[in-house]
Amino acid sequence: MSTLLEVENLRVRFPTRDGFFDAVRGISFTVGQERVGIVGESGSGKSQTGRAILGLTPPNAIVTADRLSFDGVNLRSADARTRRTLRGGRIAMVLQDPKFSLNPVMTIGRQIMETLRAHMKVSRSFARMRTLDMLQAVQIRDPERVFDLYPHEVSGGMGQRAMIAMMLIADPDLLIADEPTSALDVTVQLQVLGILDQLVVNRGMGIIFISHDLRLVSSFCDRVLVMYGGRIVEEIAANRLTKAKHPYTQGLLGCLPRMSGSPHPLAVLDRKQEWLD
Amino acid sequence: MTAVLSIKELTVSFDGYKAIDRIWFDVFAGQSFGLVGESGSGKSTVLRAICGLAPITDGTISIDGAPVRVPRGKDFHRKVQMVFQDPYGSLHPRHSVDRILSEPLAIHGVRDAERRVLRALDEVGLGNGFRFRYPHQLSGGQRQRVAIARALILEPKILLLDEPTSALDASVQAEVLNLLEEIRRAHKLTFVLVSHDLAVIAHMCDRLMIMRRGQSVELVEASALASGTVGSSYARSLMVASEGFRRGRKPSEVVSDRRHQPQS
Repeated sequence: MSTLLEVENLRVRFPTRDGFFDAVRGISFTVGQERVGIVGESGSGKSQTGRAILGLTPPNAIVTADRLSFDGVNLRSADARTRRTLRGGRIAMVLQDPKFSLNPVMTIGRQIMETLRAHMKVSRSFARMRTLDMLQAVQIRDPERVFDLYPHEVSGGMGQRAMIAMMLIADPDLLIADEPTSALDVTVQLQVLGILDQLVVNRGMGIIFISHDLRLVSSFCDRVLVMYGGRIVEEIAANRLTKAKHPYTQGLLGCLPRMSGSPHPLAVLDRKQEWLD
Repeated sequence: MTAVLSIKELTVSFDGYKAIDRIWFDVFAGQSFGLVGESGSGKSTVLRAICGLAPITDGTISIDGAPVRVPRGKDFHRKVQMVFQDPYGSLHPRHSVDRILSEPLAIHGVRDAERRVLRALDEVGLGNGFRFRYPHQLSGGQRQRVAIARALILEPKILLLDEPTSALDASVQAEVLNLLEEIRRAHKLTFVLVSHDLAVIAHMCDRLMIMRRGQSVELVEASALASGTVGSSYARSLMVASEGFRRGRKPSEVVSDRRHQPQS
């Protein structure tokens, strides 16, 4: 299995009024053609990790890494132009809420076509055809009609599928999905995951799945990186999750109520200072 | 056992669109009642109708055996309070915690506001230090605690909770759920809890109603969820869905159902 993405000692820091705030504090991992989950609470640095890979970190932040390369391309020294061709073309990102991340004044079809035409020189009619195919691939039953709808005219699940279609149309090698299903209903959530699952299998992509829901991530991914306070505290194969060693991972697993009965009161995380070191 | 909250043939329609269609349930004193369903199933609208935030087209809502008045009076809000889903949206951004908590007391002309505010903060585990902070200086979990404190400050008998933890992280959710259980025990409160998460409902409630398209699908004891003995196929499919993702299952095998699905 070839390695797609290599990250070594990645740091993201934000200057604040009283010194620097370290959002990501020296993390290293590799991703091949597999599914890797990044799990953590809000503020653990999981989203900033995804953004740093794509070069979407806010301009005032400082990103450093010993190594940050995608398929042999050094992302650290890459100029804006190289990054632009990679972004959306070979690395794509699905964001959390379709309500805020789709352009509200552009029809869904046009947005998807725009992505394709930004990365490939194709005719308008070919782009339209590919877009309709892609909408079909994400199981939208009436692509012709949805093509001409605006984002506010579709449901959350439909919007998220449209976003996945947009991200996959340029046939990326790596997909970063940042909480792709958190804004959706449970049943729709599974549908969207099922679609992602099939596409990953059929196209042989790598995927980084970022979420705060450890159980969901472990059911979808091969490998899980657990982040706390900007560091990876544990890396574990998804099927061995019950044997997690780090108390934080155990805590994350234990704090979810279960349908088959859970203790009263629920176990809560007892955050320890030494986890940060 | 008499019902504290009794709902009979409740119907809510918006321009002829029936958001709730003849819902029927009773909640007994000290019980915790759950409403589950997908978005658009009408579960939140039930709570809003009880509070007077949605127009009741037909049916009756009674508290302690007496039908509620339209519009709701002060006495109603003394008995019934609501906690909303999104703590980022339900707290006034330019009011301090102290002002947020004092406002209900001022409206109801309650004296010794100071003591009550301090006690409410203490009860939700925030303490004195938070009293003069603004919502933007609080985390999501802390904001939801303030929202709960605001609901508790009038010492109501019934608390309506609309997805109180779905905007929170899993680990913070556990803390807020524990807090809610604690105050329910301490104040002998009656809960009506709305959630899309069956596991949360199973953990918190004694009885629950599963809703779909504004109608009641099934009214069951929470123990039926644990033992898997729910009757309707819809309830079972919801249970399967909340178990998490299983590879190899075709997306089409998963139920999805929206009434006003303008697309496909």
